Amino acid sequence: MANPLPESAFEQTYYLNMGPQHPSTHGVLRLFLKLDGEYILEADPVVGYGHRGHEKMAESHFYEQFLPNTSRMDYLSGLIYNHGYVAAVEKMAGIAVPPRVEYIRVICAELNRISSHLLWFGTYLLDLGGITPFLYAFDDREHIMDALDRITGSRLTYNYCRFGGVAKDVDPEFARATRDFIKRLRSRFDDYHTLVTKNVIFINRTRGVGVIDRDAALRFGCTGPVLRASGVPYDIRRAEPYSVYPALNFDIPTGAAGDAMDRYMVRLREMEQSLRIIEQALDGLPEGPFKGRAPRKVRPPKGDYYFAVESARGALGYYIVSDGTSYPYRLKVRVPSFGNLQVLTEALPGTLVADTVAILGSVDIVVPEVDR
Amino acid sequence: MSLDVFREELRRQLPELAVVRSLDYAVSGRHLEIQAERGQVESIARTARKVGFFLEAITAIDFTDGPQVIYLFNSYEAPSRVQVRVQLRPEESLATISSLYDAALWYEREVFDLFGIRFDNHPGLRRLLLPEDADFHPLRKDFGKVHAFRSVKEIYGEPTA
Repeated sequence: MANPLPESAFEQTYYLNMGPQHPSTHGVLRLFLKLDGEYILEADPVVGYGHRGHEKMAESHFYEQFLPNTSRMDYLSGLIYNHGYVAAVEKMAGIAVPPRVEYIRVICAELNRISSHLLWFGTYLLDLGGITPFLYAFDDREHIMDALDRITGSRLTYNYCRFGGVAKDVDPEFARATRDFIKRLRSRFDDYHTLVTKNVIFINRTRGVGVIDRDAALRFGCTGPVLRASGVPYDIRRAEPYSVYPALNFDIPTGAAGDAMDRYMVRLREMEQSLRIIEQALDGLPEGPFKGRAPRKVRPPKGDYYFAVESARGALGYYIVSDGTSYPYRLKVRVPSFGNLQVLTEALPGTLVADTVAILGSVDIVVPEVDR
Repeated sequence: MSLDVFREELRRQLPELAVVRSLDYAVSGRHLEIQAERGQVESIARTARKVGFFLEAITAIDFTDGPQVIYLFNSYEAPSRVQVRVQLRPEESLATISSLYDAALWYEREVFDLFGIRFDNHPGLRRLLLPEDADFHPLRKDFGKVHAFRSVKEIYGEPTA
């Protein structure tokens, strides 16, 4: 050979940038990987490409003006973000909420949770190379979009909740569409399990892959399905009950191993529980006003307040500091994806590049939520 | 209850801690508030880790007196949100707790990024959300459009010991 390669060429580590424009990162995320051949030695997620400064924006706007921002952080569970924000300000300012409103909010939040999980289900399988489940999931999800579109006016970035109420009352047509959807999705779960859960390729790609155990979850502050898959039944809806959740019956699905398969199963079983919640809430939906009395300009008393809700990805918290004016002095959003993404710095090293997509997909992050 | 265990352990580890008070969860969303000195953060975090709490968030608030750093700890077993406040003077730094909680690696980077507060001995204190070459810290009250820049006293009143 004229130019023999140096010996070191065969035992070199090298760096690979996965993203920021990569179909499996679902948003603009860059994974900076240090590789030894096909094995990952170090992983460093680089975030911030979608930083819009929501927390800064809040400080120069009225409490009401920040409402549309909330659903643009985690655009897949916008209604839960809406709910968390208005509930935090209502609690702070002492605004009473009519019971009908609480039921409507819970129904919408749970529908949103299902649509988020369905989108995750579809795109995760797409990441792993299965196109059919994606089409099934989006078909089902479309029914939620239509139902929510009917009452909220939007399909993704909802701006539905108001202080003390919601923007528009639900009508019998919405209730009918929702009940139809519940029936439909229940019958589809069998298809999902036949198509995916029992698929041997899927099992081999997820079983024992990307294990995040209880200790790692605790150190990285993981919440949501990522935490529950490792066997910790921590769900804000039960731990710090809010709205009408205490009156509703539902279980908290948990896993045991904390691998990608467990996270998958937790989300699928969560959808079943969300259907149960919606059904009960529709049955118990009281008559009454859909808007309470709220001042034109909300001025919470001086001090601070923390309010947490369970989003589709985990514990979402709003920490609001008020100086007694109609502008928040400081508004901090504690987002679940923050910890769930950071845990990859530990879950990825030692695995194969091919598993990166399977692991990244399984923690279900929404990057704009991390970036804010 | 995990909160009682935490308080008991805290009393043993840090008897000199000045302000530890229970908060009404219904009106504050938290269960316990600790006002700590700069040097006590690490010991508090060690206690929290020992009793199995997780780090929920680290954030800061800018006041005319200097920034205040907020730590939130919570438990998976029983809801017990503990808030630790540390009042700093302008440009003062703080010890990292990232050797105890890996989550702090990013939270501290975020606080550094947005407020310019430095964490001593942090293994990689660089910007998290803003570009590397940014020369400002946007959540400081002297940056950009803000409605008010207040002192701690204006919001929380006179300190109650």
